[in-house]
Amino acid sequence: MLTIENLTNEIDGKAILKGLSLSINAGEIHAIMGPNGAGKSTLAYTLGGRPNYEVTGGTATFEGKDLFELEPHERAAAGLFLGFQYPVEIPGVSNLQFLRESLNSQRKARGEEPLSGGEFIKRAKEKAGLLGLDMEMLKRPVNVGFSGGEKKRAEMVQMGILDPKLAILDETDSGLDIDALKIVGAGINAIMRKPDKAVLLITHYQRLLDYVKPDFVHVLAAGRIVKSGGPELALELEREGYAEVVAA
Amino acid sequence: MTTLTLPTRKAEEWRYSDLDALATVWPTPAPTRIDVAAGESARHHLLQDAADGAAAVHDYAISIADGARCDFHVLNIGGKFGRVTFAVTLGKGSHFELNGAIIGGGSQVLEIITKVTHAEPDATSGQTIRSILGQHATGSYLGSINVARNAQRTDAFQSVKAMLLDRTATANAKPELEIYADDVKCAHGATVGELDRQALFYMASRGMDPATAKTLLMKAFVAGVFDDVVDEAVKDSLEAAALAKLETLV
Repeated sequence: MLTIENLTNEIDGKAILKGLSLSINAGEIHAIMGPNGAGKSTLAYTLGGRPNYEVTGGTATFEGKDLFELEPHERAAAGLFLGFQYPVEIPGVSNLQFLRESLNSQRKARGEEPLSGGEFIKRAKEKAGLLGLDMEMLKRPVNVGFSGGEKKRAEMVQMGILDPKLAILDETDSGLDIDALKIVGAGINAIMRKPDKAVLLITHYQRLLDYVKPDFVHVLAAGRIVKSGGPELALELEREGYAEVVAA
Repeated sequence: MTTLTLPTRKAEEWRYSDLDALATVWPTPAPTRIDVAAGESARHHLLQDAADGAAAVHDYAISIADGARCDFHVLNIGGKFGRVTFAVTLGKGSHFELNGAIIGGGSQVLEIITKVTHAEPDATSGQTIRSILGQHATGSYLGSINVARNAQRTDAFQSVKAMLLDRTATANAKPELEIYADDVKCAHGATVGELDRQALFYMASRGMDPATAKTLLMKAFVAGVFDDVVDEAVKDSLEAAALAKLETLV
């Protein structure tokens, strides 16, 4: 589904990713862990197409398409979803309006008919219910006045409504208490744990991986994947720390 | 505004105007008078949507008697030069509320000029102006509030926010207070900003095409200006005109 080869990039002239390669197939859940400053969020933003995250080398192929040839909104329409570590507040634009415009923009780009108001609300209600988010919250402006946990749950509601093929979730577990973590974890499983979908989880901690079981775990350090393994690698990292595992 | 000599830019209230365009309609007619009798309420609105290339000047002289109220909504979007001015005098315990939006593109020069005089005690006034300016447009708000010596317990505010879509557009905001009474509350704030890039990327990451995303953010920026228009038909026409104008800017 996604193949990244030897990716290098720069932000404001500073090299962050230094030859990163990673392959994700449909049906798989991958976790990327690593110390602060390793380039984890940079990887997410670069794949999402954030301005100023300049690709200086390497390739990323998503569903047969050159990802870097696509604008950010075209990447979304192709089935990529980026879960933000810090979801953005948009005063004056309601969640429902935001999501309906987004979904219909995607559908238009794919040559599909727009979803009717009724169908959209039905889908929104179902996904909000899945994440335990009150529909009233979705009538409010995007992320404005939401707590950290509510923002993360709202992100997962967005993911549910947009129904992507690949979700790249950047520290979706940060700012969540244990109960919210369980709900968000269950949400990710319900929405994305499917044979035709894949997830790339970016996290510091093992705890999210207790709820969303990864098939593969990678350690990112200094802009490169330095070690890959199964779920047991996450436990090893938790037990021994990054320094130990990276050095080994 | 009664002089027949074409004004110059030396006069503060004409400082940002397009005087060449003004010359084509000069001298402008006498101001439209609005007198709100004691205890009455009046609602007015203006949609300034003059044809491309035209000059339009609308002057209002508004007198609000004791205990009366006047609400004015203005949308200033048309012509090469569009100017709307308000000279308002407030009686005892009266209220004036101006909600306005300026939306300009091309090389339009659009301005709202207000002079609100609190002549008597206990009057209140509010002015909320939102401007969205693209390309080489210039949008200006010059607002003076005058509080007379005996106009105690005056409560007045001016809230002016402008959004520039291009670095070549210009926003001028000049609130001016002249206060002779000592028990007075006058608040004013002015900001100039751009479309929120983080919000644009967030919207793009959800699949929204850039034109839709920009239009939504601009709509959100001016939202609220016409919220309290009571007549639904008027409200719809102002909002539809604002949206149509915004869509020409993306």
